[in-house]
Amino acid sequence: MESIDVLMLCPMISYLEQELQRRYNVLKLWTAPEKSQFIKDHSATIRAIVGDGGHGADAEMIEALPRLEILSSNSVGVDKIDLKKCREKGIRVTYTPDVLNDEVADLAIGLILAVLRRLCASDRYVRSGKWKKGDFKLTTKFTGKTVGIIGLGRIGMAIAKRAEAFNCPICYFSRTEKPDTKYKYYPSVLELASNCQILVVACSLTAESRHIVNREVMNALGPKGVLINIGRGPHVDEPELVSALVEGRLGGAGLDVYEHEPEVPEELFSLENVVLLPHVGTATVETRKAMADLVVGNLEAHFSNKPLLTPLV
Amino acid sequence: MASDQATTPPPPPLPEIQSHDLSQVIVLHPPPVFNYFMDLFSKKFHLLKAWESPLPLHEFLTNHAHSAQAMLCSGTGPSISADIIRLLPSLRLVATTSAGLNHIDLTECRNRGISIANAGEAFSEDVADLAVGLLIDVFRKVSASDRYVRHGLWATKGDYPLGSKLGGKRIGIVGLGSIGFQVAKRLEAFGCNISYNSRKRKDFVSYPFYTNVCELAANSDVLIICCGLTEQTRHMINREVLLALGKEGVIVNIGRGAIIHEKELVQCLVQGEIGGAGLDVFENEPDVPKELFELDNVVLAPHMAVFTTESFEDLCDLMIGNLEAFFSKKPLLSPVMNE
Repeated sequence: MESIDVLMLCPMISYLEQELQRRYNVLKLWTAPEKSQFIKDHSATIRAIVGDGGHGADAEMIEALPRLEILSSNSVGVDKIDLKKCREKGIRVTYTPDVLNDEVADLAIGLILAVLRRLCASDRYVRSGKWKKGDFKLTTKFTGKTVGIIGLGRIGMAIAKRAEAFNCPICYFSRTEKPDTKYKYYPSVLELASNCQILVVACSLTAESRHIVNREVMNALGPKGVLINIGRGPHVDEPELVSALVEGRLGGAGLDVYEHEPEVPEELFSLENVVLLPHVGTATVETRKAMADLVVGNLEAHFSNKPLLTPLV
Repeated sequence: MASDQATTPPPPPLPEIQSHDLSQVIVLHPPPVFNYFMDLFSKKFHLLKAWESPLPLHEFLTNHAHSAQAMLCSGTGPSISADIIRLLPSLRLVATTSAGLNHIDLTECRNRGISIANAGEAFSEDVADLAVGLLIDVFRKVSASDRYVRHGLWATKGDYPLGSKLGGKRIGIVGLGSIGFQVAKRLEAFGCNISYNSRKRKDFVSYPFYTNVCELAANSDVLIICCGLTEQTRHMINREVLLALGKEGVIVNIGRGAIIHEKELVQCLVQGEIGGAGLDVFENEPDVPKELFELDNVVLAPHMAVFTTESFEDLCDLMIGNLEAFFSKKPLLSPVMNE
């Protein structure tokens, strides 16, 4: 049987690399001295791409690969893939929904608690010996605070379910109101921000949702409000976020994503009311394995003419 | 002519509430709420502030607290020992701002018919929230990776090592009181499986009950210490229990430091016999074993589980309420029942 060429866009966990290498001829784009030349050199044989949340295929790459049949993304976020182009050309796109909902939701709550209760700041306080000189300051209670969720999809619902266990009233903004939930709907992010104390970004990144959290929204959330971003960096106007935090117009932030990862605005490093994580929403051994299994499973299904496991296109 | 102007005489001064008109409350050492709300207490009670006196404590009590019927204390400061109680012949109430009672000689109080009021359930939610926060932090390496980002390492060294999934993990709660129950309720929403060990089985839950803490540890991925410190629970969590918990196991302590044998805990962590720890309390606060500072799988907090504005405000209301009830011979708001 002919060996299938699969273009891998970036390094991933070794389990995934190994499983791909056992089945296919894996071409590692990041090892190429010149990427566009590498793609040209293999354009006649590449039938599949494996990317992730930060690495997808734009129109140019898709056009350069006439034999491309499927893009299997190791992520649930697909904002880096030109989905329209894929549809036009009949290229299948698969992603990794559901296996990571709980993981991301757990982290969202972890960020809320870390910001409100100053977990990272107080861990630093102990490690630096400051506790010997006096008690840490008072922080803010989480239980019972109103949580506003932008995007009540699978991840948003998982966050809501957890926050409810802390007796938090839940409200949300979504493109369309969800008829079968008991949570309060607001028709705009601005109204949502004006009516909650903790605002969580949990929607997908599209042209409409870019900078959905802007200066006005942050001002509405206010000096006692906290912003949690487990979506995509570009959901939030980052320079505005920095000034809102530095000036105290926004009470705090827990961030897992940034506009230009892995760059993180250094002005945030000295702020105690901010928690900064290196895009670890799905970063557990168990979840990354489950995602990898989906990536490989989708490719296997495609190349044996079976129904795809988790198609998007 | 200026002197023709009729000037209204100034109103007579309002009678000042003399502090000796207020009921006396002896306070040996300022409880943490006093850093924020002492004036609320001073307005209502005559506080006998032992810590402000140059006299040694025994002298102060003998000379100044003879008629004090009520005491306000906390977990910090001198223990309310039998010796101290004996120097307070009029004492009928000890109100502590803590939930814990390990600093009070309960037997002496019982023998003398002294009532005790504590923080009741005022803190349970905040303490439970912190326990969950610490647990997520350890599993998902929140504080460790926040440090990583702040040191500029994400850009230079790449992704941080993977954490561990919380969902589906078996949580062993040690002490299913008010706090333990709130912890269980929260972690259920994360898809965790709850079991517990307590002095007595609790009828209102269907979680599996283990009669001994070692067996609980052997059947759990996580132990969360939510019980009080007593003679029975001192050093209850020792090397045997930690080894039963295992190399992937995580322990969270929001109870009292001395419930865990700290030296053995440190050894187990350093040797990799357990997977990680989230600790808000220590045997000898504010001293923390420095070996823990080298470990990224340990999250350290400065005994702050109850340190929220909301809890302190609630606590203030509750303590003032208890004292007012006591002095007007009404039932206490949060009495500690003899068990």
